[in-house]
Amino acid sequence: MDSDLSPQDKKDLDKFIKFFALKTVQVIVQARLGEKICTRSSSSPTGSDWFNLAIKDIPEVTHEAKKALAGQLPGIGRSMCVEISLKTSEGDSMELETWCLEMNEKCDKDIKVSYTVYNRLSVLLKSLLAITRVTPAYKLSRKQGHDYVILYRIYFGEVQLNGLGEGFQTVRVGVVGTPVGTVTLSCAYRTNLAFMSNRQFERSAPIMGIIVDHFVDPPCGVQRPANVGHPCNYRAPDEDDGGLFAGVQDSQEVCTTSFSTSPPSQVGRTGCVTPQYSVASASLGDDDGMSQSGEGRSVSPSDPVESLNAFTRKIGAFVNKPTTQMTAANLDLPFAAFAPRGLDSEENDPMVQPPDSPACPSPLQASLHSQGSESSGQQDDFVMRPAFSKDDLLPMDLGTFYREFQNPPQLASLSLHISSQSMADDLDSLPEKLALYEKNIDEFDAFVDMLQ
Amino acid sequence: MNCRSEVLEVTVEARQVEEAMLALLHTILLHRSTGKFHYKKEGTYSIGTVGTMDIDCDFIDFSFVRVSSEELDRVIRRAVSEFKDALGNSGSDGMGQISLEFYQKKKSRWPFSDECIPWEVWSIKVNVVNLANEQERQICREKVGEKLGEKVINVVEVINRHEYLPKMPTQSEVDNVFDTSLKDVQPYLYKITYQITDSLGTSVSTTMRRLIKDTLAL
Repeated sequence: MDSDLSPQDKKDLDKFIKFFALKTVQVIVQARLGEKICTRSSSSPTGSDWFNLAIKDIPEVTHEAKKALAGQLPGIGRSMCVEISLKTSEGDSMELETWCLEMNEKCDKDIKVSYTVYNRLSVLLKSLLAITRVTPAYKLSRKQGHDYVILYRIYFGEVQLNGLGEGFQTVRVGVVGTPVGTVTLSCAYRTNLAFMSNRQFERSAPIMGIIVDHFVDPPCGVQRPANVGHPCNYRAPDEDDGGLFAGVQDSQEVCTTSFSTSPPSQVGRTGCVTPQYSVASASLGDDDGMSQSGEGRSVSPSDPVESLNAFTRKIGAFVNKPTTQMTAANLDLPFAAFAPRGLDSEENDPMVQPPDSPACPSPLQASLHSQGSESSGQQDDFVMRPAFSKDDLLPMDLGTFYREFQNPPQLASLSLHISSQSMADDLDSLPEKLALYEKNIDEFDAFVDMLQ
Repeated sequence: MNCRSEVLEVTVEARQVEEAMLALLHTILLHRSTGKFHYKKEGTYSIGTVGTMDIDCDFIDFSFVRVSSEELDRVIRRAVSEFKDALGNSGSDGMGQISLEFYQKKKSRWPFSDECIPWEVWSIKVNVVNLANEQERQICREKVGEKLGEKVINVVEVINRHEYLPKMPTQSEVDNVFDTSLKDVQPYLYKITYQITDSLGTSVSTTMRRLIKDTLAL
């Protein structure tokens, strides 16, 4: 048997490895966006779902991955790595994990490229989906937003694990043998999160500007230092850079999967059916290819914004409120909620200013006030007809009594006149009051004795 | 051909049984499901697309990925629910085992019925514990989450050994290898069974077979 790859097999294998690398990056970054991912199954094959898996392509991520690969493929000594790190709002950063797609020299010459390798790569991607939810960084990424963000960085070449701290663990996602080497996918993750545990992520004044645009690299702008990552979030592209990322890259290829089963008479060794897989793939250089595959694409030219918006990160609470808006609830005071509010909000405070009663009493009121008691200005929210309520002791019935005292005047201590004296003043006057009480302590003692 | 057998063991609280079983069964089925096959003339076929979705557990600090198929989810949930009820009815501190078996059908001539030949069996042993207070429950949430993570890594490790898988079938044989009853995905033929062991350690009467609709129908 000819152990060298046929040209078609070699071409297919290169394509599989390239798209496997791109999909690997997509799965990893999407798993660190901080949101639950959901894609739909489709019984009819679409032209763009590589490895028969519905994995969306975030154009920015594909762009970064292709930039890192620079036309090369992962090979022996050339690994593709995705580094996930955490950056706090104060600017501290820490590497959390590094995912490595490597190739070693162990070849499997007999394996069928167009069928077995393809299916095993599909299984490996599924394993990656499962494992990305299991490493510690997943939980951290689900809670990102207010205090920290998760960044990713793609690089090609030698694997760098120095930033993971001491005692990092490795988990192997899986391996797939091919005629040119064995593809291995693994993750090294930090276990020493001491930096995290020492910091108290206090929910203090919200931090402006950390979200969304803060870390995104302008497409044609300043070169970022190589070790700074990209945020694991996505925003819809601006007008300016929309043209760069939106839609389809001209070199992206369509995967039209078509498998064949050879009739039993033409079978291989064991008498079972040995399917032969033939993949038809077309590049998107021409318009026909674009329109054909348009409807099936996971990111079609017609709705890039829609699919991109699906990845917009939720903004943490309180982020957009102006810092000057400090309510009494934020002050570290006991019973702060009961403190008189600021003047501006008191105008709308129904506790301080009860709703105005209608000037004329309703006919219903008139009929209930048989005793002729004061009824003007009362507003009836409901009609109360208390049963057996007539009482000889009181000159009025229960219903009248209820209505009369339904809206009592506000306590003096809660009224506007006192609002100018803030809680702080109250606290300041406490020492004086305490001194006075101490002076009169004998009187208090006598009072207590009297009660007993 | 020998049947591959893998055993996973978990210790959980009663309220965590359902989610723990769903997490592991769905993780295995994710790897053992393909898109729907569409056979065309000239002996070629195309494969549909499998979508995935993230599921967060309520009683365990854990999230897992399952195939986006409501039909499949319903079937698995039904089986897990029966298992959970059986475990609950067996008394406190029950032990049980739920098995997910992948098999191939081999057609026999009349009057013999079709043979079901298992090629991979996953057994999940469950040990139910009762916890005394909320603090212990909180610790249990996290610990069980970590354990499930380890089990997922075990599952992935076994599957990525790429050992025996049934050959891809022709159109006439596809129902002997795959469960084609679902609309959107196509898992390998499987069945879920369970056993309950009572607290005395003896195997209790009921071993119930939970079959998927028409797989064993003659």
